Amino acid sequence: MAKKEYMFYPGCSSERLASASNYEISAQAMCDVLDIRLNEIPDWNCCGASIGYAVGGELPRLALSARNLAIAEREHPEQDIVATCAACWLATREARDRLEEDGVLMREANEALAEAGLKYEAKQRVRHMVEVLIEDVGYEELGRHVKKPLSGIKIAGYVGCQTNRPFGIEGESFENPKYLDKLVEIMGAEPVEKYDKKVACCGGALGFSEPEKSQALIKDIVEAAYDGGADMIVTPCPMCQLNVEIYQNQINKKYRTKFEIPVLYYSQIMGVAYGKTSKEVGLDGQIIRARKLEELAEKG
Amino acid sequence: MSDLDTVMVKKYRNNFLKEVEANVEEGEWVKMCMQCGVCAGSCPLGPYWEHPPQEIFMMIRAGKRDEILRSSSMWMCTSCYNCIVRCPRELPITHIMHGLAHYAERLGIAPKQNPTRKFARIFWGNLTKAGRVNEPVLGVGLYFMNGFKEGIRTTLKMAPVGMGMMKTKRFNPFAFMFYRGCKGKKDIHKIIKKARELELAKAAKFGG
Amino acid sequence: MAEVKIGAYVCKGCGLGERLDTQALAAIATREGKAVFAKEHDVLCSQSGVEMIRKDIEAGEVNRVVLAACSRRAKTDAFHFDTVAVSRCNLREGVIWTQPDADEARELTQEMGEDYVRMSCAEVKQMTPPRPNEQAERNRHVLVVGGGISGLTAAVEASRAGYPATIVEKGDALGGWAAKLWRRVPTRAPYADPRETGVAELIAEVEADPNLTVYLNATVTRTSGAPGRFAADIATESGKTVTENFGAIVQASGFTPYDANRLPEFGYGKSPDVVDQLGLEKLARQADGGPIKRPSDGKEVQSVLFIQCAGQRSQAEGHLSYCSGHCCNTSIKQAMYFKDRNPDVDTLVLYTDLRTPGKGEDLYRSGQRKGVIFTKGVAREVKLGPDGLQVQFRDLILDQEVSVDEDLVVLATGMVANSGVDIEASLQKEAPNGEQAPASQEVSVLNLDYRQGPDLPHLVHGFQDSHFICFPYETRRTGIYATGPVRRPMDIAQAIEDATGAALKAIQALENAAQGRAAHPRSGDLSFPSFHRDGCTQCKRCTVECPFGAIDEDEQRYPLFNEARCRRCGTCMGACPVRVIYFDNYSIDTVGQQIKAVDMPEESQEKPRILVLACENDAYPALDMAAMNRVGYSAYARVIPVRCLGSVNSIWVTDALNGGYDGIMLMGCQKGDNYQCHFVKGSELAHDRMSKVYDTLEQLQLEKDRVETHEVAITDIQRAPRLIEAMAETVKRVGPSPFKF
Repeated sequence: MAKKEYMFYPGCSSERLASASNYEISAQAMCDVLDIRLNEIPDWNCCGASIGYAVGGELPRLALSARNLAIAEREHPEQDIVATCAACWLATREARDRLEEDGVLMREANEALAEAGLKYEAKQRVRHMVEVLIEDVGYEELGRHVKKPLSGIKIAGYVGCQTNRPFGIEGESFENPKYLDKLVEIMGAEPVEKYDKKVACCGGALGFSEPEKSQALIKDIVEAAYDGGADMIVTPCPMCQLNVEIYQNQINKKYRTKFEIPVLYYSQIMGVAYGKTSKEVGLDGQIIRARKLEELAEKG
Repeated sequence: MSDLDTVMVKKYRNNFLKEVEANVEEGEWVKMCMQCGVCAGSCPLGPYWEHPPQEIFMMIRAGKRDEILRSSSMWMCTSCYNCIVRCPRELPITHIMHGLAHYAERLGIAPKQNPTRKFARIFWGNLTKAGRVNEPVLGVGLYFMNGFKEGIRTTLKMAPVGMGMMKTKRFNPFAFMFYRGCKGKKDIHKIIKKARELELAKAAKFGG
Repeated sequence: MAEVKIGAYVCKGCGLGERLDTQALAAIATREGKAVFAKEHDVLCSQSGVEMIRKDIEAGEVNRVVLAACSRRAKTDAFHFDTVAVSRCNLREGVIWTQPDADEARELTQEMGEDYVRMSCAEVKQMTPPRPNEQAERNRHVLVVGGGISGLTAAVEASRAGYPATIVEKGDALGGWAAKLWRRVPTRAPYADPRETGVAELIAEVEADPNLTVYLNATVTRTSGAPGRFAADIATESGKTVTENFGAIVQASGFTPYDANRLPEFGYGKSPDVVDQLGLEKLARQADGGPIKRPSDGKEVQSVLFIQCAGQRSQAEGHLSYCSGHCCNTSIKQAMYFKDRNPDVDTLVLYTDLRTPGKGEDLYRSGQRKGVIFTKGVAREVKLGPDGLQVQFRDLILDQEVSVDEDLVVLATGMVANSGVDIEASLQKEAPNGEQAPASQEVSVLNLDYRQGPDLPHLVHGFQDSHFICFPYETRRTGIYATGPVRRPMDIAQAIEDATGAALKAIQALENAAQGRAAHPRSGDLSFPSFHRDGCTQCKRCTVECPFGAIDEDEQRYPLFNEARCRRCGTCMGACPVRVIYFDNYSIDTVGQQIKAVDMPEESQEKPRILVLACENDAYPALDMAAMNRVGYSAYARVIPVRCLGSVNSIWVTDALNGGYDGIMLMGCQKGDNYQCHFVKGSELAHDRMSKVYDTLEQLQLEKDRVETHEVAITDIQRAPRLIEAMAETVKRVGPSPFKF
């Protein structure tokens, strides 16, 4: 199969030594196996994320994304843009769709871009890495590369919000998307059936500003995974990963729970199933170590 | 029925609705709400909203301008988009809530002490400075947003998390001093400035 | 008819041959059932099977036919022999599909089959093919009472189908209320804007049609006869009364707007700026596309408030308790009168539940898009302010009391049916909320020359009874169809559809009458009731209980059947204490002999028998469908279909008790206000009559549990067999009947 190439938008959290650096590392390892080449958008900027609306407003926020889009279009107009981060994908795709639909917004965005000598015409699609895996590679092909089935590991597939809404993955429902469970199954692990917090919100950016309220949400997400007998939680979103992993200690203190469940990216478990080492998929980046996965990764 | 409780005339007119339509992102959708309440029931932080979205839509139509714009309600939005996908009338509710919050912020009447508002300001400042988010600076800004004393307390509370992040190479202590961000940060500043100018030029004036 | 020659035909198809000893069944038909012969066939409904039967009939070998095969509801096209009496012996649905296919069940299954063969032979022996109906008459002319949108539509549709019609309108113009509208709600995609009413075009079509006659300022002063031969006296404008004959009648007498003067709290009558919806239509017509002005001072309306459910959907005294259905859409349309011309006019619709039937949801959205404000709230009071009206209401979303100034207030009041005299009023207890029909209701619409009274019976809220749930057009006066808002509240689009249906039903009724055939639900039935004069005691029970007013009395006070009014339910037969009423193909004997034909095992055999008299309209089909789904029931049950529970004569029950049956079940349709009884009153009458059977049980010192009456719907596929099973349990508990030999 020919090499697949995409313009890649990693986003702030995927930078080296940033909060989702292990996502970036594992995604690259996974793509390496699947013969996918990611061409980073040169000098990309922040998308504004979900909280950027408050000060940014409509046009400045869209213009921020338009800069990334315009640069990507200038570099490789024939390649789709791929984001790994849910918020990056959402903001960028929304900007693309809104500008394409609304001629006035497009004109104004281009007026702003002109300040930096850029121009945008909405030629490319903006996609999430998961879409590339499901639609361009396909479940069958994804399964073909499995070298170490993750047998004996039970996984709660936590899809969260922004990979799922408002755009979501084609053919999946908003209330009960199945793709993450399917990926888990193809990798040889057992998905938690009826994980009822699958698409619940972790609080997002309010994890920082409203920690009490958000941690109550996170508690439910972790608790439901335990109730389903999960060894670990897997997610496609850096915000979800961060919120659900790092506050478990604080939740334990407040709610007298004993949570200690690893929270990983789908790309990490895929990397391990594809025979990559712990380091290659960033398992050393887990605050709560995924021992079962590490053991499997280190087995010859 | 007490007279104090009685809202005076000029309410239930179209004027505030028109202001919202002109100045709030996706504001022209407000009138399409049919008051089913699915949004309120779908919101993860629903119980914390002083006025849930469908009530806000009704308040807009009833002309309760200040009560809405000074409310902390919209600042409870986690951007989970649940309301959007469930709304039977397909209102872009999340965007409208964002739009209302931004409009209040622009008018300078958003609730000053709301933590999400404060964080949003820090966040925007952080990302626009270098074109990318400088996470450590953002974090510290967040801890100290309620003053020095509370900042120290929060820092201590969050120290184990920070240490964990540092140990797992997901935290860059040097970013406090050396963070490059985007090369084109000047371009980004220009783009944002222009975009803001265009947006303000468009905004209809309704006093306030 | 001469000598009875029964031919029995036993089918071996559909598994009957494997599950039953058909040879034994054939033997029973000849030996016990006295059939001249019994023939087996591999697939009786096949061409060769049907041909075999037909040849036997044509050759005069047989004049009664027993078809021992499937249910009477199956294969009706194949098994259609109209020159002989036919009994369908239900071995498939009634026996093999309800019993387990197991060796140990074989004996009881066979017994069941044999009993049904005996029953069919006994039944068919008592049947004759219906005689021709001597009263049958054809009159293709349709009378339409009422010249509003419903009446005009009915007349035009009848004419388009080739039937002349006469419209009698009491007012001085055609078009009714619809003609007074400025615009009507949209009827085509995108359902976004008010449209022309189209009433003028409809009136023009009526006036240009030579098939249609119109009487204005005219009323019907007397209606007599029956379908196919109605005679109506029409008091015309000139003062003369003309009498014309009609085949069928459509009553489209419409509605009267609720009197808004009963709502003083909303300022109606105190300020001309408070109007009802028709009042607003008048203002809009006056404006003629220009700005609508308020009546008090001619100022252009800048703000208007619509109060939904004004005086309706309320239990308050003098209010209508029901929803009139059209008013939400109407208010949205009327708000658009303002918004379409000037978007700056404030339009506020105050509602508790916005109900927008049909494509009204699109209209609602369009209204919202145009900037109409919808507020969930309850109006308290409309007062006169210094510069217009002051409306106080409670906003139910924001939970607060509100006062707003308005130039104009529109009250969305309801519809009151013009349904004439409530002939059952004296029989009913007073309406719970003291709801009173307006005085105009004292005037009859049809002036029927029926012993039951001058108008169609009412159901609830003063609307005409019209088999609301299952067969909306059918009234209790055969050949007379109520349509439009006199039947239930409805808008123009619904009324047009309704009236089109009523016209077709009227045509169907007059054609049926011409051929002496029954109307719904036994459509096509050629039988009609007769009586033996000798035994009749002139007790009048039949005339009183007939739900359709089909029976009058002659000079000697014997029953006089108006055959074309009759729906062939047999309620008269069930009512007759001396059992002199009969149909050629359905009588006390056709059922009574079946009951007696069942082989009654001796007590020592411990094989009880349960008689199930099942209404052919719902209960019997439900049991058939249960069988199709292989939901079984006790092998001790013997099911006999009846035309209606109303036709069940208590003699059948007492005979069965005396004959040793251990349990008896009556299954009929739902009764009461939400009745599903196809003959309206039959099920109710049966329930009443059965209460008297309990006295008999006491005399016989029998347990009351042995006789049960149930309401069974056609959907009770699981429940109906369960009821039989429960009776089998009861019989087991109370033990065998002491009347066994």
